[in-house]
Amino acid sequence: MDRRFAIKDSLAENRIFLSRIVAAFFLIILLITGLVIRLVYLQVVGHEHYATMSKDNRIKIAPLPPTRGIIYDRQGRMLAENVPTYSLELIPEQIKDIDDTLAKLQRLLAISDEKIEQFQKLRKRNKAFTSTPLLQNLSDEEVAKFAVVRPYFPGVDVYARLVRHYPFGELAAHVVGYVGRINEQELKTLPATEYRGTDIIGKNGIEKSYESQLLGTAGYEEIETNAQARAVNTVATVEPVAGSNIYLTLDMDLQKIAYDALGEYNGAAVAIDIKTGGVLVFASRPGFDPNPFVTGISGKDYKALRDSPHQPLYNRALRGLYPPGSTVKPFVALAGLEYGVIDFNHSLYCPGYYKLPNVDHKYRDWKKWGHGMVDMNEAITESCDVYFYDLALALGIDRMSDFMHQFGFGEKSGIDLVGEVSGLMPSKEWKKSHRNKAWYPGETLITGIGQGYTQVTPLQLARATAILANHGKVITPHLVQEIITPDYATPPELLPDSKIPLKKQHVDNIIHAMTNVVHGTRGTAGRLAKAINYQIAGKTGTAQVFTIKQEEKYNEDAIEFNMRDHALFIAFAPVHDPKIAVAIVAEHGGHGGSVAAPMAGEIIDAYLNPKKDTQHEN
Amino acid sequence: MKIEMRSEQFQSPSLIGNLLRKLHIDIPLFMVLLMICALSFVILWSAGGQNETLLFRHASRTGLAITVMIVLAHINPRQFQAFSVVFFSICVCLLLAVAIMGQVSMGAQRWLDLGFFRFQPSEFTKIAAPMMLAWYLSEHALPPKPRNLLAACILLLLPVLLIAKQPDLGTSLLVASSGAAVLFFAGLSWWLMIGIATLLAGLTPVLWHFMREYQRNRVLTFINPEADPMGTGYHIIQSKIAIGSGGINGKGWLGSTQSKLDFLPESSTDFIFAVFAEEFGLFGCVGLLFLYLLVISRCFYIAVQAQDTYSRLLAGSLAFTFFVYVFVNIGMVIGILPVVGVPLPLVSYGGTSMVTLMAGFGILMSIHTHRKLLPI
Repeated sequence: MDRRFAIKDSLAENRIFLSRIVAAFFLIILLITGLVIRLVYLQVVGHEHYATMSKDNRIKIAPLPPTRGIIYDRQGRMLAENVPTYSLELIPEQIKDIDDTLAKLQRLLAISDEKIEQFQKLRKRNKAFTSTPLLQNLSDEEVAKFAVVRPYFPGVDVYARLVRHYPFGELAAHVVGYVGRINEQELKTLPATEYRGTDIIGKNGIEKSYESQLLGTAGYEEIETNAQARAVNTVATVEPVAGSNIYLTLDMDLQKIAYDALGEYNGAAVAIDIKTGGVLVFASRPGFDPNPFVTGISGKDYKALRDSPHQPLYNRALRGLYPPGSTVKPFVALAGLEYGVIDFNHSLYCPGYYKLPNVDHKYRDWKKWGHGMVDMNEAITESCDVYFYDLALALGIDRMSDFMHQFGFGEKSGIDLVGEVSGLMPSKEWKKSHRNKAWYPGETLITGIGQGYTQVTPLQLARATAILANHGKVITPHLVQEIITPDYATPPELLPDSKIPLKKQHVDNIIHAMTNVVHGTRGTAGRLAKAINYQIAGKTGTAQVFTIKQEEKYNEDAIEFNMRDHALFIAFAPVHDPKIAVAIVAEHGGHGGSVAAPMAGEIIDAYLNPKKDTQHEN
Repeated sequence: MKIEMRSEQFQSPSLIGNLLRKLHIDIPLFMVLLMICALSFVILWSAGGQNETLLFRHASRTGLAITVMIVLAHINPRQFQAFSVVFFSICVCLLLAVAIMGQVSMGAQRWLDLGFFRFQPSEFTKIAAPMMLAWYLSEHALPPKPRNLLAACILLLLPVLLIAKQPDLGTSLLVASSGAAVLFFAGLSWWLMIGIATLLAGLTPVLWHFMREYQRNRVLTFINPEADPMGTGYHIIQSKIAIGSGGINGKGWLGSTQSKLDFLPESSTDFIFAVFAEEFGLFGCVGLLFLYLLVISRCFYIAVQAQDTYSRLLAGSLAFTFFVYVFVNIGMVIGILPVVGVPLPLVSYGGTSMVTLMAGFGILMSIHTHRKLLPI
């Protein structure tokens, strides 16, 4: 035995050591049990939670935007299509010095400061790893220029993307509208899932009204990504469903004829299929090219459009408010007949002015010397104002207003375009509530010839004409004929049909008088009658833009162009089987009969004799 | 020698058994260690992203470690005992050298560059410290008297503080626990232990004051990893996701998405257990813990069988330190302990820890195979 062991209690030491080993072993067992409990907690209790987190970690959803539906006219011509274009896009995350890169690209491709600014705005909204467009519609030359230096620009690339294109440009801009980038305000209200991967939205026209149908359904890809958000592989794909294609009732041949016929005049032409309410022509002049809006119009160009005195962005057919002038006369006459105030043969002497009892003011006829003895037929044919002053007074403003409302005056037509205005058909109550003034009898008189407070849109005029031609059957004008979805077609929803109870004889009389406007020897639109083999019923209108003083002569040549009267014309044809109703407003056109009526004639003729029209074009 | 051969344990008829016996290898311990090493290769292949170079390096390190183990197993424990003081002194001197002129790597001063050879003296201290304490305490009567205890504590604190100052919290913790284990097995009074524990708890704020910024962050992160999920808490959150998503059965070998897609940092080194748990699930984890328990049990058995105080204390301490390794690493990976740089013993890639650990097992085998069998 060792010397050292002698002074030690070997057995006691042994006992202590053994007890300590046992204690340590128990401690170890205890701690290992603790580890196992924790593992059970993580792997059994929390498994689902952590499995989800693990999946969220690695699976990223990449949206697959749907292809936007195409818009066609009634003949199947494309009004809005998707064309592949090159766009220069940057993935900010992959670019070290983005300002430097932008400066270099700007020098290389001569990009405007504005585009750079636009990009910076977009970049702030997008995630750092999403491709953000800097320049769109690259020319082949620009693509080639960039291709050469591409290796020096990591994170920058040229992509082929589908971009909305409007082949008819300004011709259909007010109908089809346009798409544009989703702005911040829209972003707040849009359903995020439906617009995954989409950065454009309908801003105007059919593009806006039928946004939900045109958009389609976004698909997505489940992509496995690593911690640096780099895609590793695709796990699952849900294909996007393209948006529905939309066929319009619009006829681009007619639309072009109408647009051209308006010529140098600002104004609008609307033509409606009387049987269905389908809008054949919906022209507003001047138009504008909607294509720059798709990729973001420059501030300068937009300003030029906005501030132009001709207001090309203004949809005159839908929102233009004009005094209807004499075009209301057939409706006022019909009201007189329906209310039994007068009969069709009632005659009156027109001295060229009308005076209310006990009032000095002379309400003038457009014909200074007067029309002499006129009955209702002649009053409509020659557009005698005095006859209608008298009739309006007999009817009273409220009866006149009620009756006109049935034809859609002062009412929205219900067309499937956003932004329609209701116009105004005044009444005593309206004046009390809106102007807080009593109604004057003189105002009744001028309302009877479509002046005063009355304001109509060209669309309302066309619709009222169609209702008249339909003997009171109310139609809802609409632009969409058919929506073709991949599996089914939905006709556009229309307001239920209704009918204004009118006596056939009364309507026939009015139509007879309107036919005389065109075909009668003294009709105000007589020149239309030449060279047509069918009959047109119409009514001219000349709407005062400003009021001339008493005893002052209206001299067309002597006054400034923008003070001249608007020329209006409403018509439908053929008289015995009405098919098309037209309304024309030519701003500052002067006389309805000489300026507006021929425009309507061209449209009607092209519609009723399409072959003859084709030859014309050739 | 003939008497030795009569021992029950040495009567395996197999050829390999004979060879291993001649090499002074403890067969049960060796087998379990080999199993864990094999498992380490399997999981490293997945965690390292099927990297052959990585696996090759791991293999050579494992080979070196086993060689060291066998060499040490040959040395008589008496010689370890005799060498203890010298070895410990060298280690402390080297630690001082590191503190004065060591090389800064990854923000910490741990390496000593001898021109041709760079090494971490703190690794050797993991063995030198328990050897020193075992020697010192075995020189005196047990249980230790307060005077001896104080001396032992000072001896231990010297390297612990030097390592903590580098800073290497993980290693200093392991060295401290190896020393503490020696004191514990030497019969340190329970009351004293409770007293020290209370004192340490009271000293926590003081300790906090001396901690470096990153160490404080680790502790804060441990308390609430979700507070900064993309920053300091990222590690532990991703680790928990990996383990939790493994479930009971795991995602299967090579099925760890957390490590494959780089969500889990340090996936082949300190956080390899998370990859293992993700791929092999709860069953795999319990299995691995069982293997570790087998190692510890065998080591405790060796400690109990040891014939002198020095051997006993050293064997017990090495066994317990091995457990501390396992517990600290897994505890940190599963989020019940703060993140300290301790690898999963025998499984994690890299570091000199594999060699140190195997050296420890070599000493244990030496203790077990050099017993003098008392003639009856």
